[in-house]
Amino acid sequence: MKTVDLAIVGAGPAGMVAASEARGHGLSVAVLDEQEAPGGQIYRAVEAVAAQAPERLALLGEDYAHGRRLAENFRVSGAEHIDRALVWQLEPNGLWYLRDEVCHELKANRILLASGAIERPVPIPGWTRPGVMTAGGVQILLKSSGVVPDGRVVLAGNGPLLYLLAAQLLAAGCRIGALVETVPYARYLEAVPHLPAALGSGYLSKGVRLLRHLRSSGTRIYRNARDLRVEGEQHAEALCFHAGGHEVRLDSDLIVLHEGVIPNQQLTRALGCVHRWDDGQKCFRPETDEWGNTSVEDVLTVGDGAGIGGALAAEHAGRLAALEVARSLGYLQTRERDRLSTSSRRQLNKLLQGRRFLEVLYAPPEERQSPPDETLVCRCEEVTAGQVRTAVRTGCTGPNQVKAFTRCGMGPCQGRMCGNTVSAIVAETQGITMEECGYYRIRPPIKPIPLAALAAAEVDCELDDVAQ
Amino acid sequence: MFRRLSDPEKKVRMTFEGQDITAQEGESVAAALLAAGITHLRQTPVSGHPRAPYCMMGACFDCLVNIDGVSNLQACVTPVREGMSVHSQVAEKDLLHEDG
Repeated sequence: MKTVDLAIVGAGPAGMVAASEARGHGLSVAVLDEQEAPGGQIYRAVEAVAAQAPERLALLGEDYAHGRRLAENFRVSGAEHIDRALVWQLEPNGLWYLRDEVCHELKANRILLASGAIERPVPIPGWTRPGVMTAGGVQILLKSSGVVPDGRVVLAGNGPLLYLLAAQLLAAGCRIGALVETVPYARYLEAVPHLPAALGSGYLSKGVRLLRHLRSSGTRIYRNARDLRVEGEQHAEALCFHAGGHEVRLDSDLIVLHEGVIPNQQLTRALGCVHRWDDGQKCFRPETDEWGNTSVEDVLTVGDGAGIGGALAAEHAGRLAALEVARSLGYLQTRERDRLSTSSRRQLNKLLQGRRFLEVLYAPPEERQSPPDETLVCRCEEVTAGQVRTAVRTGCTGPNQVKAFTRCGMGPCQGRMCGNTVSAIVAETQGITMEECGYYRIRPPIKPIPLAALAAAEVDCELDDVAQ
Repeated sequence: MFRRLSDPEKKVRMTFEGQDITAQEGESVAAALLAAGITHLRQTPVSGHPRAPYCMMGACFDCLVNIDGVSNLQACVTPVREGMSVHSQVAEKDLLHEDG
């Protein structure tokens, strides 16, 4: 069985840059990723789009095209790219993955988890209906297939991605029926103190440009919207909400929801890394030091999976982690690591300071942490917020007990879609903090895999070990 | 609900519930189905309600389909293949019914 110095899970900006940097110092590196091509979700299909659809590359914008350079560097780095690999089990010095229906094992002296973010679930009544999608999902359709919404499209929520998607859809010739912002007015005041840091980061000028573009397109914008719900039985028919003292009902063929992104915690949780509630980002994140070392020995995590910092921050964090791994394996002296890290460290800090403004302004509205009783919280097992509250009132003390009693979080998504909401409801009902409440226990396989593939796996262990 | 900005250049032919679908090489099954106007990919096992792709990045598992006889595959992370036969996944509450 093969052993590499460094196994990286995820070929987004953090993973690609970490791989290139580590190879530059002589480490053997393998990068495992679910997609066919490197780029992660942010630069998804960037190589193919650049090669085959230049007009689509233009409408997706410069920030997307930037990913091409990362992919080029990664391709020539000499790192082994294991594409279409589903990592389903992790240990501190090895991992198991499924590829073409066969299980493989890979040993590694260090593991770097760079599995990125998922979109923060937006649990509102009716959000499970066909005709409701996430902004990231709609953007992936545009990036990877050149497929765009048709008909009456309503974008609802908040955050940079929602405005970016709106601008990209307009550039692609789509009409947007309305943009429904779920930013409470009070948030603007709360965010003001963080404005100076944001001015230096470049985020703000980009945001202002996007908003101006949106307004000049004539897109109807509703502000301070609350009590969102989707109407329609077999398919979403309308988005309903309160705004400006009125009840508004917008007929729609496609409702696009987005309220920011949160770390994808499945891998770090499964490995037993310590996680903390980040009240600024309103999400759980693995605890790390300044290099990305987790609480589990020989395991590091960087990029949005370690806390939301965005794609550019992920590059710098990836580079820092690679330098640290090179040091810990003896490829670099400590002094060399520190010298090589100064530029990335400085830029990373600047980018992260600039984000505070976005975090405060676009924190999810309170109603999302406490959805109405009828809202399906668990999309897989169809468990409502009301059922979770009842379970807590009848004695379930934490998310794992709620799971055992209601099946909430027990479906194929393994809690990705309901985890944060369930913890929030448990915390609210019991009057405890998110930190005290905690999160689901995540167990392998991280994604469902066929039993036949598991049975056929060659396990490298002595019979004596099994007997013990 | 969706349209293509341009016709597929490298075409891949597949079927959904026996209906012919033309996809673009390299795209996911979910993208191909949405572009073809198919929005109900499965029924949930609990209530039987229809579901469509939601996140498109392998996180939500709402796009589960049956491909060439294998159930529970994520349409959004499975690339299209020539001759692929895709079926909607219906609620199977009672396992005994599977063999008829």
